[in-house]
Amino acid sequence: MGKQRIRSEHAARAREFDAFVAGAAGRLLHVATLLTAETRARNPYARALLAAALAHTYAVRDRGHDEDPYALTRDGLALRFARTARRHRAGRGGVLGLLTPRERLVLVLRLYEDVPEEQTAALLGLPEARVRAVCARAVARVRKGAAA
Amino acid sequence: MRHGDKEAAVRRLLDTPHPPVPGDLAARAAARGGRARRRERALRRTGGVLAGIAALAFSLWAAEARPWEPPPAATTPPFAGP
Repeated sequence: MGKQRIRSEHAARAREFDAFVAGAAGRLLHVATLLTAETRARNPYARALLAAALAHTYAVRDRGHDEDPYALTRDGLALRFARTARRHRAGRGGVLGLLTPRERLVLVLRLYEDVPEEQTAALLGLPEARVRAVCARAVARVRKGAAA
Repeated sequence: MRHGDKEAAVRRLLDTPHPPVPGDLAARAAARGGRARRRERALRRTGGVLAGIAALAFSLWAAEARPWEPPPAATTPPFAGP
């Protein structure tokens, strides 16, 4: 009886996670692909980042903090990218291929994900002024690249 | 061009269609997350058991050795005589 209840809870949780992934994975993979500066058709590094971030979200799902799973996964994705980006410094095309990993991080979080400046700064461990400066520089460089 | 307009232009540049998602992503992530969770739980349980064993061993040793008591005097103090 107890076992059955546990099993049904398990199934409900799995369904919930499936529904979350079905709804959010497209956008999250787009974020990851922008970060890694890969292309839409070929993005193995972005896929690996997303898989790791989603696995972590699944592993901590009922640890008491009721944070939005989307924000949790996105922040995990950003931090994982920040940790591993040095290995993949050169972009492989994509619109942000000319930017440095940090510029990509700030630009995507600020402009695509609309994360507030102070939250971005806290997540990346940078002063807010630095986030603003990096964002402005990234915007200028992207526009110059797009114009060229 | 104002700064806000530049930002809006970059926003439009980033807002392209999403890439296709591999079909088994959720299943693989759930399996991997579940594994990590079980591993972490097992690790925590092992740590707790080890800490319990250490506490028990320490109390047994302390009850036996009584390290808080001064050791018995090895020499007799000099006796000056009455």
